[in-house]
Amino acid sequence: MKEKAGEEKKYFFDKPRNVKIAFASFFSVLAALLIAEFFIHKHVHLSWEEWPEFYAVFGFVTFVLIVFAAKHILRPLVGRREGYYD
Amino acid sequence: MIDAVPPALVFIVGALVVPLIKGKWKSAFLLLLPVIGFINLINIPEGANFVVSAFGLKFIFGRIDRLSLLFGYIYHIIAFVALLYSLHVKDDIQHVAGLIYSGSALGVVFAGDLLSLFVFWEMLSVCSAILIWSRRTTAATLAGYRYVLVHAAGGLCLLTGIVLYLKETGSLEFGHIGLHSTASLLIMLGFGINAAWPVLHAWLPDAYPESTPTGTVFLSVYTTKTAVYTLARGFAGTEILIWIGATMTVFPVFFAVIENNLRRVLSYSLINQVGYMVCGVGIGTQLAINGAVSHVFAHCVYKALLFMSMGAVLHRTGKINCTALGGLYRTMPVTAICCIIAAASISGFPFLSGFVTKSMTIQAAVENHLVIIWFLLMVASIGVLEHAGIKVPYFAFFGHDSGLRPKEAPLNMCFAMCISAILCIAIGLFPNCLYKLLPYPVVDFVPYSASHVVGMGQLLLFSALAFVLLLAAGVYPPERRGINIDADWFYRKGGRLFYYIMDKVMNGTNRASEKIFVGGLAGYLGRISKDAPARAALLALVPVWVTGGATGERLSLKKASLRKALQTGTSPVGISAAVATIFLVVVFLVM
Repeated sequence: MKEKAGEEKKYFFDKPRNVKIAFASFFSVLAALLIAEFFIHKHVHLSWEEWPEFYAVFGFVTFVLIVFAAKHILRPLVGRREGYYD
Repeated sequence: MIDAVPPALVFIVGALVVPLIKGKWKSAFLLLLPVIGFINLINIPEGANFVVSAFGLKFIFGRIDRLSLLFGYIYHIIAFVALLYSLHVKDDIQHVAGLIYSGSALGVVFAGDLLSLFVFWEMLSVCSAILIWSRRTTAATLAGYRYVLVHAAGGLCLLTGIVLYLKETGSLEFGHIGLHSTASLLIMLGFGINAAWPVLHAWLPDAYPESTPTGTVFLSVYTTKTAVYTLARGFAGTEILIWIGATMTVFPVFFAVIENNLRRVLSYSLINQVGYMVCGVGIGTQLAINGAVSHVFAHCVYKALLFMSMGAVLHRTGKINCTALGGLYRTMPVTAICCIIAAASISGFPFLSGFVTKSMTIQAAVENHLVIIWFLLMVASIGVLEHAGIKVPYFAFFGHDSGLRPKEAPLNMCFAMCISAILCIAIGLFPNCLYKLLPYPVVDFVPYSASHVVGMGQLLLFSALAFVLLLAAGVYPPERRGINIDADWFYRKGGRLFYYIMDKVMNGTNRASEKIFVGGLAGYLGRISKDAPARAALLALVPVWVTGGATGERLSLKKASLRKALQTGTSPVGISAAVATIFLVVVFLVM
């Protein structure tokens, strides 16, 4: 996303300013979501949904766990070279 | 106005006409067919239509109710989009196979009896195999054969179930079956193989990525969703399906994270999505069935769109592996934007189609106090975001610059993708239009509550934050060349083991037999037979001579002269007669 295209014309994300804007908007939305939670009425079905910022933490932690499990457990188990079946 | 015809017929007859039309007319005809089909469909009244009685059985080719109609609608929409997407293809076989494939799926969905359902079911398998073989590579050919074998086994399982079911109930009517006997178990298993149940799923990520860029778009929709339909019709509320579905949502996530081929990533994602539907069918409440069926509708569009965008990349660059792609947004912006819309839809971002449908199934799980299922479905939602939502668009269109500067996808492909992208947004913005078509009235379900939007927003965007941080820290698993083995290992390696064992056992037996019978036994018998008269005579006479007092040299002399006499045929008549008599006695006793 951040590399320069080099020789030819510059595309959207080749300009550092655009990358900065993209990240800035991403982080602002994150902050807005964290704050918004305190101003809305929560419909909860399960008790832990009431915990503050539950979904943010749940999403972050689960994502990291999924990636690590796939990388460190599944890949060593099932990863094979190309042409394994030939 | 002419009377309506069975929905499948429009496509199947239309397909046979395609090779006869040339040039631009062919394109027009291809696009017109789904439109004619759709008009035909809405003109068929509700209830059992096109009933044919034969052999004492009743065949129904047009059972129209709210469940089958919704599948009918989306199948027509996808047929239109997929045909538009493949208009540039000059290979008639692909058009014909694609059309008959769509027609067969309609045939299954509108079949009111199990036997006509089975016939269309098998046509589905044959046409999909042709779509895979159409790529005409060795990998596609081999994957196609494996695909055919798995589906042939599934078809046989289904047929056995149907025959037993007919014997059990005396009826072929296809309504709610429920899991209660061997017959119903076999039927459910037959459906389950096409729904890519865990362990039975390997045909999907094995074969779909090998098909043509256009063929995979058809494949991504019909086989699995038709299986979901049959499960919803026959096995709604079967508890085991809840667990099967939840497993389906979770395990492909891990395979998708480490997969290099992006169309294979999407194939795993397809299993994950079908998992939500199977789970909803298993829960079986009105909300859950609505959730499953609405998810089918939304899923068909965004999954086809994801496969279309990757098909466009493959079409333009000839590459589909993460390791070979990257930075394509520069020259393929339309494809990139459409892919991002589909990726956001499948991840369930608010105001897009996945959000308003997937949440129904999840809420149904909560309402039925299935907390573990709720947990699994939520984990899977984050997994979807990881592989389909971020990985696919990021590694194809952003990421490292591969230096590839392909042209934008052909115009027909762009149009097809844009139509699908607009549909994804439209369903997300106006969910009530879809909700009105669902099998049961939608009550007490509001997708756009502030709580739900903020909750899902947090879940998804903070997962995305995790991606950004993992990538920045360099711990996100780097893409690498290679393959990952899956359940197909058992029959791919197992097949070879079987071949090896057969080779060793059968050819070994052959060699041993030749050695024993041709090499050894025949010669031995020959020698024995040659000396047989002498040996028999000796056997009879030696005891006589010994009792007569002959020993030592005299006995040896007698033996030698007898042997010589028999070999030269100069034995006294008495001895010859004695030998012949002994031989006859032996034969008589043996017989």
